[in-house]
Amino acid sequence: MFVYGLINSAVLALMAIGFNLTFGISGVANFAYGAIYVVSGFLTWSLINKLNIPYPLSALSTIIIIGILGALIYRFIIKRIRGLVISEVIATFGISIVILEFLRYVGFIGFKYSLPMFVSGSVEILGAYVDIQRLLIIGFVILLIIALYIFTHHTKIGRAFRGIAQEEHTSLSLGINPDWIASLSMGLGSSLGAFAAIVILPLGTITVDGGYDVLINALSVCIVGGLGSTFGIIIASVIIGYAQTLTATYLAPHWTMIVSLFAILVILVFKPSGILGHQKELEERV
Amino acid sequence: MTKENYRKERIDRCIKARSDDIYAISSKNEIFYLLFPRVIPITALAILALILPLYWQKVIISACIFAMLAVSWDFLSSCGMLSLGQALFFGIGSYIAGILNHYLHLPFYITIPFATIFGGLFSTLLLLPVVRLRGIYFAMVTLILPLMLMRGIEATRIFGGNEGITGLSPFPNIWVELIIIITAMWVTLFALRRFISSDYGLIFVSIRDNDRATMASGINIYAFKAQALFIGSCICAFCGAFMTHSYMFTGIPVFTMEFSILPIAASAIGGIGSLAGPLLGAFVLVPLSEILREFGTLRVVFYGLVLVICVVALPEGIFHYLSRKYNEMERWVKIE
Repeated sequence: MFVYGLINSAVLALMAIGFNLTFGISGVANFAYGAIYVVSGFLTWSLINKLNIPYPLSALSTIIIIGILGALIYRFIIKRIRGLVISEVIATFGISIVILEFLRYVGFIGFKYSLPMFVSGSVEILGAYVDIQRLLIIGFVILLIIALYIFTHHTKIGRAFRGIAQEEHTSLSLGINPDWIASLSMGLGSSLGAFAAIVILPLGTITVDGGYDVLINALSVCIVGGLGSTFGIIIASVIIGYAQTLTATYLAPHWTMIVSLFAILVILVFKPSGILGHQKELEERV
Repeated sequence: MTKENYRKERIDRCIKARSDDIYAISSKNEIFYLLFPRVIPITALAILALILPLYWQKVIISACIFAMLAVSWDFLSSCGMLSLGQALFFGIGSYIAGILNHYLHLPFYITIPFATIFGGLFSTLLLLPVVRLRGIYFAMVTLILPLMLMRGIEATRIFGGNEGITGLSPFPNIWVELIIIITAMWVTLFALRRFISSDYGLIFVSIRDNDRATMASGINIYAFKAQALFIGSCICAFCGAFMTHSYMFTGIPVFTMEFSILPIAASAIGGIGSLAGPLLGAFVLVPLSEILREFGTLRVVFYGLVLVICVVALPEGIFHYLSRKYNEMERWVKIE
């Protein structure tokens, strides 16, 4: 119970980090995130099974390719409509539809599409049998958050990221190119999505519809935690993760989605910027 | 074609300037200039509805429904409320009509007006606590609510649960359906256009442009936002009630994303902020998706592509482009 809640939280956090990074830095709500997640799964699968590239190498190349893809999407599509919120949402959602439905058309459906685990087998913790893969997810989330913290606070590019997020015009005058940084952030966000896919997908099969679920989960964690706040994400994913596990055990699986949606609703009504988001009272409500 | 040291200047055509106010009725030319873009679509749609086969008449009906949803979306966004959940209003109207018809056996000419008024009222009351939220935060609430209602009905199994309510009473024949929906659509469009350009409508637009300045002028913007919500959701609830009787069914599908996304897509393609643009967009998108139906799932891919290309390459929308060509002339002016 306790362990499964923790694992559920870690999965949610891992899904949300990439989305949150892109939004926090460039302000682009990347609705194509779910599609990118699914594409990375299928790309890794194809590299392993069609081109017979060894697993670690294909995982690595997937992360790089998807990162470049994300940056290209920014360069050629989002750059032109940056700042128009409605257009951004429509364009990224359109991209997501194009990618996911194309995958469905090509015929990536079935149980054979699953990624190998890093380590197979399971151990007993607190009276529950847990796959080692699930435990690895928790480890990866912790590692990733530490790495991101170091990256954004102690490297030149990372600091430029935060500069753009805080005050775009001032950072422009300090010689930081916002378009370049934003496309980097989009690429990095997509890479993180690919990483999440490679870590999480071995637990099940890769499905096209999974893309939409990932998007909703990432959105709910980001809203509850506060868009653009990394530590808010950790808290939010723990809250939602445990809430989902508890309702699934004691009520019925039907209610899990209602619980996370209700969490979003309550947060939006009472503190729209999320638990740890920066309070911008006048931008949220009048 | 671009020229060095020249810039493109756009000015209103003379006839546009002449036909701007009451003097337009003094001459045939001006009257024709004003009527042409309004009468042509109305007659064209009426003729199409008469001559097309049954299948395409159904397409016209669904295009009209989506057009009304899109017009209502555009009206709400002109009042500063960005809605991602037209499906909420639509679904509430649909369920009210379905329940009245199924449990109380009321005929459609009572259920539809009832669902329109009370659907609007109910949606407004539901969203009243969040009219204070702005921009993307309001949008997210409207995105969440229909999903929640959908899962709630699924989990509690009220009103037919997953299966919904079937076997509702249909319209007498297709002509009644066509007349009701086409009339409703044109009335909605022209009434809202008139409304938003009146002095009263100006307040709604000013809330979108700068809500704090509007408050500072001593206007209670929450009251006005609630009114705008009521008008917008009444339109959607009407569509929902209408479709319930047209398909003889109501159920969870009325809360799906399609009813939220398609109106926004239609507005983006047609041109946001003109009310006529979204209508035009809906009449491009709905038939297009019907034509593409033979491609199977690939049609959704095309659909997404059209959306992305339109948003990126034609950000102002079809309607603004056409109205510019109709009302203004362009000429090259030398840069001094």
